[in-house]
Order: sequence, then structure tokens, then C-alpha cells
Amino acid sequence: MTKIKAENIKKMFKIRSNGNSKNNGNTSKELLALGGVNLSINKGEFLSIVGPSGCGKSTFLDLVGGLTKPNEGNIYIDGKPVNGPGLDRGIVFQQYALFPWRTAIGNVEFGLESKKIAKNERIEIAQKYLSLVGLSGFEERYPYELSGGMKQRVAIARALAFDPDILLMDEPFGALDSQTREILQRELLRIWEETQKTILFITHSIDEAVFLSDRVAIMTARPGVIKNIVDIPLSRAVRFEDDVRTSNEFVRSRHELWGLLKEEVVKAQQIGVKTTLKISSSEKAVAQGEAWT
Amino acid sequence: MDLNNIASQLRLLTQKLLAIVVFLLIWEIVPRVGLADPVFLPPASSAFTSLGHLILSGELVKHTSISLQRAFAGFAIAAVTAIPLGFAVGWFKTFEKYMDPLLQTMRQLPILALFPVFILLFGIGELSKIVIIAIACFWSIFMNTVSGVMHVDALLIKSARSMGVSHSDMFKKVVLPAAAPSVFTGLRYAGTVALMVLVAAEMIGANSGLGFFVFMSETRFAISEMYATIVALTILGVIVNYILVVLEKRATRWKEEIVHS
Repeated sequence: MTKIKAENIKKMFKIRSNGNSKNNGNTSKELLALGGVNLSINKGEFLSIVGPSGCGKSTFLDLVGGLTKPNEGNIYIDGKPVNGPGLDRGIVFQQYALFPWRTAIGNVEFGLESKKIAKNERIEIAQKYLSLVGLSGFEERYPYELSGGMKQRVAIARALAFDPDILLMDEPFGALDSQTREILQRELLRIWEETQKTILFITHSIDEAVFLSDRVAIMTARPGVIKNIVDIPLSRAVRFEDDVRTSNEFVRSRHELWGLLKEEVVKAQQIGVKTTLKISSSEKAVAQGEAWT
Repeated sequence: MDLNNIASQLRLLTQKLLAIVVFLLIWEIVPRVGLADPVFLPPASSAFTSLGHLILSGELVKHTSISLQRAFAGFAIAAVTAIPLGFAVGWFKTFEKYMDPLLQTMRQLPILALFPVFILLFGIGELSKIVIIAIACFWSIFMNTVSGVMHVDALLIKSARSMGVSHSDMFKKVVLPAAAPSVFTGLRYAGTVALMVLVAAEMIGANSGLGFFVFMSETRFAISEMYATIVALTILGVIVNYILVVLEKRATRWKEEIVHS
């Protein structure tokens, strides 16, 4: 059963040329970030998108999250078009995005407040999800008192607490050290099993994508489209075994993905570092601009 | 263990007071050995003796209370106008675009140059002094509030939006707390500004207050009283700043303390 469906998604960014660029002045160029993305994600599925940096993976996630609007195409959730953010989707960002003035439990309560859930019940639910991510006893800590891994656990608990059907994760473990990352990957698999969410996961790590996903979609260099979708033939039980990363299936999947991705990485590098930087800053501008209106 | 604790507390106190003590010693010695004319720079001890006399006679209390009333009134007017206005200007981006040039220009205006204007408009009484203090404080609170609102982390806004907050909740639950540290920085700075402008205003046009008293002491040639009042003003400044720092810490206790004391 299809949970998320993206049809021919195109997204353009306006790039303001600075005065110091060659074409002196104020010509605003348009940059095609996504060039027609088609993707279906099934209910309860764990799907990852990998792609070279600057390909528009995060842009796509923002679109599914309803934080920005596509220039063309439509995204449907349970058959209904997305037009804005909603509590049916929880987002986990790479940089945690915790509110520093709220304690761990206060952060987890945030989404529940929008749902107008009473204080007592909120605390109960928040405690439940903090314990799900292994943070019982840290309820009253402020984010600055937590390590990176713990902050991301809080962020995951926060996104789960208001019980969305879909979890959107934008390189959530990208800022963590490799040991913490591996621990959290396992935890995420466990949580996924317990909660039965549909997960859309963005990463640049092939290893991570193979370890976590049912299917992995490869995105091309900008303008991003889905190039291939690869099934990962690992059962959920196998993933919890210690040597899963050296198993034949794992190695073969990783090899296949890298073969598909390599070309795009080279292409992305030819497009140039310069434009990669530009697009990421324009993404920020868009996020901010739409937030203020 | 307790003894250790007391010892380390004592060491900390010495560390904090050492420079001040050395400064007072130099002040004491320089006029005594004739490096400065004791008539114009009496030793610290005589300034502090005068301070004691002024406190006991009640004179200092009278002037301090008048000065504090003016400073507080000006500061309060500035805070209640600058904070809401700062949030409005920071929040509505287009408004900020139009206002910014005017604000940047006004900020460069040497505020005391306006004092004669206020005397013309509001007379020599309390109002002109309170108004000039209010305006001087206004800028630092306002500018810091605007900048606090404008520099709210875009990611936090995005994160809050993803959890479906309403416009009013976005303001209450994200923008307000995120901008609070910057607002407090403005308030703290305004506290210093209030006392500075107060003294200047009282020197130019007043018949009471600490600034007036410094000026009067000088014209009466009561030099040690003049220094005593300057010391009193400094202590007052330290106290005001301390109070504002305590308030700031209480409001932003979620922030990582960089210096551990």
C-alpha cells in the first residue's frame, strides 16, 4: 500500500548573483534543484535516498515535510496532496534542532502541545518516548548538558511523540562520531520495528543506507531525479547480527549502490563546488523566507 | 574537606579583589608622596571618609534616591517601549527594511546634544531628564531586541513549523525565548547608559541628584566630597549591573555557562 507518492516533482531556486560575480549585477538566475522526481514509498517501509551532495535530497525531504512547495508536480500522502507541514509527519534534522531553552522532556512535549494534549498526559507520553530512545533519567537536562548522540535521541523521541505515521530523517546521524552512529542505527531499527512507522531517510552513506533500508533510491547529480531503486535483501533479523556488514548480501548491495552512485558523484563534482555552496545557502534562504511570511 | 573549600573560596575572593586593592593603594600613595597635588587629588582614604560623612548626614541618600528615581523611570519607559517595538520590527521583515536606514542614522545621533532641545520642550524639571535617559536607553534595548529576533536560528523555526505550530505559538514558544538573551544584553547595557546619561543631564540642568552633587562639590571646592560622590556613583553602577546580570542569568539559565565560577 502506497503511503507517500511523489509525482514529477520539480523545484527551482532563485539565485541572486552578487555584485562581485562576473555578470556584474542583479540578474537573478534560476537553478533547477529537482528535475522531476517520481517515487512511491509503501506503508511501513524504510526507504533511503542516497545521492551526491547538492543533488537535492534534503530539498526533497523538505517538500515531503511540507516546509516548501514544489514548482511542479505533487506529493500525496495516503492519496491526499501535501499542502503544508502536519503532525502526520515528524522530521528529524541533522543538527538536532532542539530548543535550547527547553529541557529534554520539554522538547519532546513540543509537538504534543500543538495537538492540544493536556499537561499530565503530555508528560506521560514524553516520558514513554524518552525511555524508548533510552533516555530515562535525563528528562530535566537542557540540550547543552547532553552529548550529540543524546541530543539526536531527544530529537527522535520528539518526532515520534506526537505519533506521526511518517518519519522524515535528514542525515540524522551525519554529525555523530562513528561509534555513536552505529549504536543509533541499531536503535533506529529497533524503534522502527516497535512503532511500525514509514521512514524516509536521507543519507550520503551507502553503508548506512544498506544497513537500515528495505529499499534505497539513488538520486542523480543536480537536477536531481531518481536514477534507480535497489532492493536490499536483508531480513530484519539478520540486521541485528554482529557480522551483517560483512555478509555477502550486504557487500553485494553496497557494491551495486556504489556502482550506480559513482557516476553521479563525478558529475556533481564537475558541476562544481561553487554551485553546491550556492544551492545549500539558497535552501536556507527559502526555509527562512517562507518561515517568516 | 570543608577547610579546603573555605581556602579555595578565600583564594577566589583575593583574586577578585586584588586589582581593586592595588588601585586604591596607588590612589592613596600618589597624592601622599607628592606625585599629584593632594588638593586636586586627595588620597583615597579622605574620599572614603567624606563618603562616610555624606552617608551619615543623609545628604547622599537624598541625592541618590532622586537620581535612582530618574534613572529607573527613564529605563522603565525605554524597556516597555523598546522591547515590543523591537519584536515588531524584527518580526516583520518588510517593516525592518523601511525602518533600518532611519534607525541606523538615529543611532549615530549624540544623544546629549538633544538635551537642550528637551529642556526647551519639557522645561528644566524632571521630565526632560527622564526623557533623555529613556531615549538613550531605548536604542540599546531596541537594537538588541531587533537583532535577537532577526537572528533566531532558521533551523528552529523550520523544526517548529514541521510540528505544526500556529503563528502566535511560533512567536511565544520560539521567537520570544530565542531572542531573550539578546534582549537582556540590551537591558544590561541600557543600565550602564542610564547612569551615564543621568549624570550628564544632572550636571547640565538640575538642582538635585548625584550628577548635580558632583558638579556642586567641584564649584564649592569640596574636592574630597566630589571624589566621594564619584565613588558612590561607581558603586551604584556596579550594583545596578549586578542586579541586571542576576536577572539575565535567571531568565537564560538554559544557556551553557562559558566561565565556571
